[in-house]
Amino acid sequence: MSSQPLAPATPGAGAPSPLASGISQPHESAAAQVAGAATYVDDIPEVRGTLHAAPILSSVAHGRLLGVDARAARAMPGVVDLVLATDIPGDPMLAAFAGDEPVFARETVQHVGQVVGLVLARTVVQARRAARKVQLTIESLPAVLTVQDALKAQSYVLPPVFVRRGDANAALAGAPHRLDGTLEVGGQEHFYLEGQIAYVLPQEQNQWVVYSSTQHPGEVQHWVAHALGLDNHAVRVECRRMGGGFGGKETQAGHLAVWAAIAANKLRCPVKLRLDRDDDFMVTGKRHPFGYTYSAGFDGTGRLTALKLVMAVNCGFSADLSGPVADRAIFHTDNAYYLQHVDIASYRCKTHTQSHTAFRGFGGPQGVILIETLMGDIARQLRLDPLDVRLRNLYSDEAIPGTGEKRDTTHYGMPVEDNILAPLLSQLERTAQYRRGQEAVLAWNAANPIIKRGLAITPVKFGISFTATLFNQAGALVHVYTDGSVQVNHGGTEMGQGLNTKVAQIVADELGVPFGRVLCTASDTSKIPNASATAASAGTDLNGRAAQFAARHVRDNLAAFVCGLDGCGAGAIRFEGGRVISPATTRSFDDVVKMAYANRIQLWSDGFYRTPKIHYDKTTLTGRPFYYFAYGAACTEVAIDTLTGESRVLKVDILHDVGRSINPAIDIGQIEGGFVQGMGWLTTEQLVWNDQGLLTTHAPSTYKIPTAGDVPQHFKVDLWPEPNREDNVFGSKAVGEPPFMLAISVYEAIRDAIASVGDGRPVRLEAPATAENVLRALAG
Amino acid sequence: MNTKPLRFLRRGEIVTLPAVDPSRTLLEVLREDLHSCGTKEGCGEGDCGACTVVVAEADGDQLKYSAINSCIRLAHSIDGMALWTVEDIAPTLATSCAVLYRPMPEATTLLPVPPCAGRLGAAGISPEGAVPCLGRPGAAAIAPTSGNGVAALHPAQQAMVDCHGSQCGFCTPGFVMSLFGLYQNTVCKGDAISREGALAALSGNLCRCTGYRPILDAAQAMQALPLVRTNEADVLSNLKRIAHISRGLEADFSYMSPRTLAELLAQRARHPDAQLVAGCTDVGLWVTKMHRQFSQVLDLTQVAELRRVEDYPHHIAIGAAVTLTDAFAALVADRPHLAEFAHRFAGLPVRNSGTLGGNVANGSPIGDSMPLLIALGASVVLMRQSGKAMAHRELALEDLYTGYRQNVMARDEVLAWIKVPKAAPPETSRVYKISKRFEDDISAVCLAINLHIINGCVHKASVGAGGVAATPVRARQTEAALIGQPWTQATIDHAMAALRQEFAPISDMRASGAYRRTVLGNLLQRFWLEGQGTVLTDLRQLAPTGEGEVAR
Repeated sequence: MSSQPLAPATPGAGAPSPLASGISQPHESAAAQVAGAATYVDDIPEVRGTLHAAPILSSVAHGRLLGVDARAARAMPGVVDLVLATDIPGDPMLAAFAGDEPVFARETVQHVGQVVGLVLARTVVQARRAARKVQLTIESLPAVLTVQDALKAQSYVLPPVFVRRGDANAALAGAPHRLDGTLEVGGQEHFYLEGQIAYVLPQEQNQWVVYSSTQHPGEVQHWVAHALGLDNHAVRVECRRMGGGFGGKETQAGHLAVWAAIAANKLRCPVKLRLDRDDDFMVTGKRHPFGYTYSAGFDGTGRLTALKLVMAVNCGFSADLSGPVADRAIFHTDNAYYLQHVDIASYRCKTHTQSHTAFRGFGGPQGVILIETLMGDIARQLRLDPLDVRLRNLYSDEAIPGTGEKRDTTHYGMPVEDNILAPLLSQLERTAQYRRGQEAVLAWNAANPIIKRGLAITPVKFGISFTATLFNQAGALVHVYTDGSVQVNHGGTEMGQGLNTKVAQIVADELGVPFGRVLCTASDTSKIPNASATAASAGTDLNGRAAQFAARHVRDNLAAFVCGLDGCGAGAIRFEGGRVISPATTRSFDDVVKMAYANRIQLWSDGFYRTPKIHYDKTTLTGRPFYYFAYGAACTEVAIDTLTGESRVLKVDILHDVGRSINPAIDIGQIEGGFVQGMGWLTTEQLVWNDQGLLTTHAPSTYKIPTAGDVPQHFKVDLWPEPNREDNVFGSKAVGEPPFMLAISVYEAIRDAIASVGDGRPVRLEAPATAENVLRALAG
Repeated sequence: MNTKPLRFLRRGEIVTLPAVDPSRTLLEVLREDLHSCGTKEGCGEGDCGACTVVVAEADGDQLKYSAINSCIRLAHSIDGMALWTVEDIAPTLATSCAVLYRPMPEATTLLPVPPCAGRLGAAGISPEGAVPCLGRPGAAAIAPTSGNGVAALHPAQQAMVDCHGSQCGFCTPGFVMSLFGLYQNTVCKGDAISREGALAALSGNLCRCTGYRPILDAAQAMQALPLVRTNEADVLSNLKRIAHISRGLEADFSYMSPRTLAELLAQRARHPDAQLVAGCTDVGLWVTKMHRQFSQVLDLTQVAELRRVEDYPHHIAIGAAVTLTDAFAALVADRPHLAEFAHRFAGLPVRNSGTLGGNVANGSPIGDSMPLLIALGASVVLMRQSGKAMAHRELALEDLYTGYRQNVMARDEVLAWIKVPKAAPPETSRVYKISKRFEDDISAVCLAINLHIINGCVHKASVGAGGVAATPVRARQTEAALIGQPWTQATIDHAMAALRQEFAPISDMRASGAYRRTVLGNLLQRFWLEGQGTVLTDLRQLAPTGEGEVAR
């Protein structure tokens, strides 16, 4: 059942063999992780005098904060002090993009779970007990809890954005067929296994060390300095690894670090803040829930001719990353399909809930799912096969009559130059035996009144690069020590995705040394400054390239040195297998390093990379926001129980494009993990807020991510065998986010099964497809 | 109040902790007091499994291993047991594990000797070479490695590395320990690990990174690695030493763990305010989530009489200290169709700690065992001290409850036994659970049906329901609609209507009241269809289309 790692691939030009890359090196920390010897922030030995913090949370969705009574809390054993907004030495607003989020709630509270302050105590249990004893006096104000209410009230965190091409109204009027509808798609809790945590240690002369479980140490540094009223250089942030991130530790980790730093500043001692899982649910933002209203026009062959779409994005109480998330949803409204006449309105709704944030896919999934449901509904309305309708709408070189244009340019004006959708889908159709499966499903459904099957193939085309062009830069340091061992440090962070492993593989190959000679060290703002978040799937593209360049500089120094010794040209020197080979002789890498050191040759270097070709206009959302696209497709078979609405995934076949894989096992791990996480989003993971704005699913007892038993035995992943057509590190492609959207095939297969008992009308199924939602959809 | 020293065996040594507060959890003691940070806290409520450790108790001349959640397990409850965390199982930890791991002299080498074997030998401890009859021939090709200067690994650990089973690594210690528990209970006893066995062992562990496939692969791959066996004789003799040291200390400490029923009832009578616990898988959350503190705890899980399942001609009696794992095994032995329901009851680490008695006495309206037990006609035996003797009374399970988590038990009473009638020939029984997730979830609705159908007529009916009222309940109106009626679709239609009428379930985060009501009726329809046997109604019986054809 499991996928076979690919044969070793050939890395970039000039790199030597035998190779560290292209093979399935185990994760660089695997042996430590399985032995309980990998250190996470809460495992760092605590410095003497460390205090523990627990947050004081608002119990009201929207209200005026009139008073904080901490007398009972202060009387509790072990309690040392409280910190509130009045204790912030710097700006009381967080240094977030929009500047709209207070560090601690001050005059108003804006969601249940908003942090008003911290209780500090000798132990974490004492702090948590006491935090619950703090009495808040809050005068309730009307709360906006749904996007419908937000739209009515024009309650936005950011202004609406409109993207148009062609004339959607005219095309809709002239379309032979049309579909109008609405769709609700729920949010998703990250459920990183390691909850949010920060440990802040004051140093001499008002300098600070922060251990943070963060995808963005640079931003934590900036936020902490801003809140303390210091220059960035006074704050050093370190993160060796996270116990999962998924976007949830891109901005959200900064809040904790700032809160802990304010406490540490007030009390002049180390402070650790580790959120209890329930508090983590209540405090931190999640994947944005979306509401859609759409009208689509199409012809008798299923080809889409017009799309009018309103997206209402539930952003929560502040902007956070909602702007770029909502933008990416717009960019991915097309998914794999050409949209000739399109009109998209995106409303960034402000509600009195947690401030929703980055989550794997970053709005992409919410863009893709809408058009995929449309493809399914169009097929059913025309009684065509949904795959045929999808193929009919793919980007292609087909000319559009009378326009001089081709069906190859996105609605934001970017030509799809690396399109492999048609051959990729065709291969999956064949290997997953889709047509035969469809026949078998039809036959089954005709014979079985209660259990119905459904089958669907959905593709994904995902744009790679930060849409904020400035973030597409990275730095790295490669140090070669006099014994020939190598240390690499880069601006990315390790959250389990194997970034450090891939970077070490790249550096090993660039220097021609064995993988085991290269060590990747903790992310540290004092090593690589101004690093971007490890996000947008771009960790390896950016940091791997920067590390490659750094290693190349060192190699060039060594090559020049050997040239001098042997009297040859630098191009004649090869680095491979731990040896340095010149036309004259072969030396060990370690010997060359020793000799070079003795001759005062620089054995370390920096590397810097910025992604080429990208640019776009932020106001019109047009241009080339992405360096390239990553592609994939999944074929999923499900069954549903029409008596209860329960569903089960029976079989999954995936064909995914990672370019030339640097580490097939890690890439397959990302594909499988992304798929299962996406499956959770669309099936069992339901966030429920009650009519008071209280999130009632705030722990794993009530919020259900997939278990091992939810994964089908037939779960097959194949990699598309073609290098990136753009010049990317070792010919690879980004893999973190794109596979997440492959799980939309689960949702479409469930809708296919529901449709088998219907009359061809569109299936109205809200996501996630819980048993209750499926049963409701079956009722029509 | 006096605190009894907490003693357990770890890494071959007796750990003695003199002053552990009765409300502290095992995870807190591990991480905060012993600075063993390999074990992680993911949720603090026994739902994610990151904190999984393995404990063992003497079971005759053998050890009985259980993977448990250390986050909701009160530390004192492992007094007298052996404990392994993820840091304790590597076979080269000479200083820590020498007592536990020794070469078995009769071992013969059938598999390639791993590269690390030389080092193991030098340390005087080595894994066995032989893994007889485990039937995955190709898997032997997985060669253990030991990179990054980390000590050689236990097969449960090595297989996770080889199969790429860890990504962020935070859930990994828990998975490794669930695998270790599985390994001890299968591989070390010469049994093979199937995919189903792996799924059962991992049902209480969540991973957010991998998609589980590599972890399931690891679960099966570990049996092909060179065998590492615990030296059980050493552990058993050490456990005896602890028992000997602790003898005579069963007085009125802040954490009381009586060994006999008489002692339990006496302490219950003397300390009616002590928090009674029987596995603590719910009470543990009162500590970690509601921050309750107990000045005194009375733990009945060590009471010898109550740790038994007793077999009688017409019923079995399950002692209140019998874990859910063992209690369900007894129920499934009598009614094999309950196996799936048993698997779906929480996750394995919770079933290994929690007791059926605790689940019943706790009386949660969404506790899953009670609808089933009500339908099966179970009764409970309540016991108390009466003078120098023991008094008892028996009542039908449904009569135990008086309101939301309220029951008829007196302050000095203890729920001691659950008596479950054995399946008799005319019985047709089924239990259905509807939840968002198949495994390790709490019911939105649970319905248990037990009918005696004789000559096409419903002779007897008992129906238990959960998730529909403030307590687990018996659906008497529905039963009335069935009893004496011909066993037909018309009767079912009538009973479905009655069942939907009978309760007014609430709407909450698990489901709406309307859905609960609709599905209650539909489950009765499912029961009818299953009985007819003409229509498939079980999603779990389905294979993908074309499965098998592809292979050809």
